[in-house]
Amino acid sequence: MYKYDFVRQLDTKGGDRRQNVLHIDFTLLIILLVLCMTGLFVLYSASEQSLYYVKRQATFMMTGFTGMLIVAQFPVRFWERWAALFYGSALLALIAVLFFGVEAKGATRWLNLGFTRFQPSEIAKIAVPMMVSAYLSRRLIPPKLKHVAGALLIVGIPVLLIIRQPDLGTSILVFTSGFFVLFLAGLRKRYLAGAFFATLAAVPLLWIYVMRDYQKQRVLTLLSPEDDKFGAGWNIIQSTTAIGSGGFSGKGWTEGTQSQLNFLPESHTDFIIAVLAEEFGLLGVIGLCSIYLLLVGYCMIVAINAQSQFARLMAGSISLTFFIYMFVNMSMVSGLLPVVGVPLPLVSYGGSAIVTLFFGFGILMAISSEPKRIGA
Amino acid sequence: MMRDIAISDRQQEQRIFSTRVLLSLCIVLGLTSVVLYRYFDLQINRHLDYVTNSNKNRIHIRSIAPTRGLIFDRHGQLLADNRPAFTLNIIPDRTQNTDSLVAQLGLLLSISDKDIARFEKHAKRSKGFAPVPLKYNLTEEERAILAVNSHLLAGTEVSAQLMRFYPQRELLTHTLGYVGRINDREIRTIDPENYRGTDFIGKIGLEKYYEETLLGKVGTEQVETDARGRVMRVLDKKDPVSGSNLTIHIDSQLQRVALDALKNERGALVAIDVKTGGILSMVSTPSYDPNLFTSGISQKQYDGLLKSPDRPLFNRALRGQYPPGSTVKPLFGLIGLQHKIFDLDYSINDPGYFFMEGIKRPWRDHNADQGGHGQGVDLAEAIIESCDVFFYTTGVKAGIDLLSKESALFGLGDITGIDLPGEKRGIMPSRDWKKENRRQDWFNGDTINMSIGQGFMLTTPLQLAVMSARIAARGKTVVPKLLKSINGEEIEPVYAPDQIEYDDRYWDYIHKAMIDVVHSDRGTARGISKGLNYKLAGKTGTAQVISIHEKEKYDSSKIDKRKWDHALFVAFAPADNPKVALGLIVENGEHGSRTAAPIARKVIDRYLSDYLQKSPNNDALRLAKYSSASIKDN
Repeated sequence: MYKYDFVRQLDTKGGDRRQNVLHIDFTLLIILLVLCMTGLFVLYSASEQSLYYVKRQATFMMTGFTGMLIVAQFPVRFWERWAALFYGSALLALIAVLFFGVEAKGATRWLNLGFTRFQPSEIAKIAVPMMVSAYLSRRLIPPKLKHVAGALLIVGIPVLLIIRQPDLGTSILVFTSGFFVLFLAGLRKRYLAGAFFATLAAVPLLWIYVMRDYQKQRVLTLLSPEDDKFGAGWNIIQSTTAIGSGGFSGKGWTEGTQSQLNFLPESHTDFIIAVLAEEFGLLGVIGLCSIYLLLVGYCMIVAINAQSQFARLMAGSISLTFFIYMFVNMSMVSGLLPVVGVPLPLVSYGGSAIVTLFFGFGILMAISSEPKRIGA
Repeated sequence: MMRDIAISDRQQEQRIFSTRVLLSLCIVLGLTSVVLYRYFDLQINRHLDYVTNSNKNRIHIRSIAPTRGLIFDRHGQLLADNRPAFTLNIIPDRTQNTDSLVAQLGLLLSISDKDIARFEKHAKRSKGFAPVPLKYNLTEEERAILAVNSHLLAGTEVSAQLMRFYPQRELLTHTLGYVGRINDREIRTIDPENYRGTDFIGKIGLEKYYEETLLGKVGTEQVETDARGRVMRVLDKKDPVSGSNLTIHIDSQLQRVALDALKNERGALVAIDVKTGGILSMVSTPSYDPNLFTSGISQKQYDGLLKSPDRPLFNRALRGQYPPGSTVKPLFGLIGLQHKIFDLDYSINDPGYFFMEGIKRPWRDHNADQGGHGQGVDLAEAIIESCDVFFYTTGVKAGIDLLSKESALFGLGDITGIDLPGEKRGIMPSRDWKKENRRQDWFNGDTINMSIGQGFMLTTPLQLAVMSARIAARGKTVVPKLLKSINGEEIEPVYAPDQIEYDDRYWDYIHKAMIDVVHSDRGTARGISKGLNYKLAGKTGTAQVISIHEKEKYDSSKIDKRKWDHALFVAFAPADNPKVALGLIVENGEHGSRTAAPIARKVIDRYLSDYLQKSPNNDALRLAKYSSASIKDN
């Protein structure tokens, strides 16, 4: 039974009701619109000024916006209640990939449904934090050791399945999205410290048992890209060159020589930030970061003001995961982190990531447009 | 109560959560600062380094080969041309399967295994977008076949570039030389900057000697390329400077006459303009087609040239060293007169043999069997009839030191300084020379051998021509030169101080004797005098290839033709106002008079008939100018 249902009824004010009818958060909507427009603008230049990618990306975005508004209409309670089912389906889909997956570029990540293909690991990005949030919101806080273990199990199974595909980038994002829930739920400091040292200890184990040769190569490349100028080091040399040559104010839109002359690989997908940095300079990078931080900050406010522990945890995890996307992408392109396949959220070209992100923002919008309770 | 616990739980939840969110925010800001600092470092601190890298990526300098200078003869006849040559290239990026494409092309054209091997070697090193040559020098027919089938041959391309071509083919090969692909040894010595874009270099002859003048200056193009190396646009361009066109003194019609006259022989001929030193004709036979070398000669063809016993690759005119034989007699006679070894009245008795005091073995005269030249042989007769004993006698009197020193003034024993690479010096022996080279003292016997142009003495046909030109010009230092003008501008003749100041009486005497070699009844070259409408001065020579024992007689029927004597001839004409001088040798031609002299006659006839036809007016004009100038002066 929900103890505060009646309180919420009392609490609802007239002014709020109008907003609640459609469950739309205009602030969030506008920030996302600005980000998407910026993304399309950069994408046009990054895809050799072809409208093909821009049109497709715009279509994905419109689909995403629609999806977000639909998801926002569901009450938060709905997601909390059906989290287990959602999570279970994601697990099943991930297992199905093991057996029926479609291979592309040496990795098996896709399921072919006949009419469309989709990536179950994308669903896991939402399903895992949702399940952990639902699990922990019904437990005491800060979580006890056995609950921490339970949460880690919920996170661990899909992460291992995704690593097997292999897809290091997504597994990191899925793991962090689940881990953030634990962290926000008040994971004790000693566990945090333990996790930190466990991670340190796990690095050599990961290196020996889990990481593939190409993944190890990426790490080695990060340390000294010049060793293999025309092979593994090429991407990182070209992206840092693009970024560095952009300078303070950039070479101008569609004037970046590194990207326009194809020196920069993956310029319209994972490495698109290098195009922005080359053509708009440090100013452009700061501008984009500001939009991202605005978005992340707003999402955190939504999380703090959320009405239930589940909603809080879910909103917090979504906003932090979004930040991790941005952080990992910007770091790997600039040579701070090894190259793992993490796109720049809402700017890099790619349908799956956009749909997943908007799904998350849909839930966030549902949370932000929930009526407030007295004393909250 | 329940509610209180619940509320406190809820508050605690919210408190913990808010703390964690704030903590997260700090981490977010911290991590963002790290990332932004990284971008700041790349874009501000190290901006210039990366600008350099980015420009290095996209901006490339391409070389544009200059057009090689042309070579013309004195009448404007083209001797070395540049012609478009067509190459079949394959662009690996634009083909599905290079091997099957090559196989397909093999069905249409003949493509050798060597072509394929070279193609594969190039293809390995090349980037995929760049054309890789498969077959050079496509014929018109092959180009047509490719054009017709082009729709089946995606990824092929026919490119044109300028290639050296020698339209006169074998006419002037040894003198012009040829260009060929730059080899590994040459790459180390050339200026890499100026040869970027040029594949060819002068290998021998004028092409080598005037390489720098003919090459021109390389042009450059600054281009922007994409990551695959395709040129997107030209940023800057500096046009190449074409090589200079050369005009040489050679008269190609005269050269043709000389080549034809020597066609069936192994030999060499050099004709010099006595006034300027300009080389009018320079022949070495057998000759060959230099175009073989520009397009890449086949091993079989090359072996054929290299191993032929006739040695066509050997430039006899410049590098062939032969005993001059009797052709040096006028010179030695002149030296003897000038240095008072004997006078004009001096004569000897020639029994056919010459005995040197203290030496048992006699020196034979060439007509010893007829009992020698008899009583009262003077210098003129010794030259006209080529009496050996006269020169044995006077040679010993003159001595090696005088002959050696004075002969050098006539160009013997040293390079003449002609503008061709690889000239041989010949040998004008001296005491020092013998000590150095034979580790022996000089004997009078050596002088006797040398006095008729045998023994240690060796000369090149070019040296013989220079010697006769200097005799013809009465001691003027005639320096042989091929280059006449550069880009139409006449070059200054080489200034060489005249070192020979001989008495005019002696010049007259020697000239007269040489005229009589041809024009008198007893002259050794009287056979060519028939129908001469000008005075031709000459001297025959016969050079021994093997030494004949004193008691044996030289009998050509008994020995291999390749051991027959060489036939030589030196000449100048018209004798009263010499315009042309020449030296020539016919290997194993036996007798200067019978083999060599008629060839000289043909060449001089041709030159003087041209000269007399074409320039009497000029000469008259010049004469008129000269006289008016002298009148004014007076």
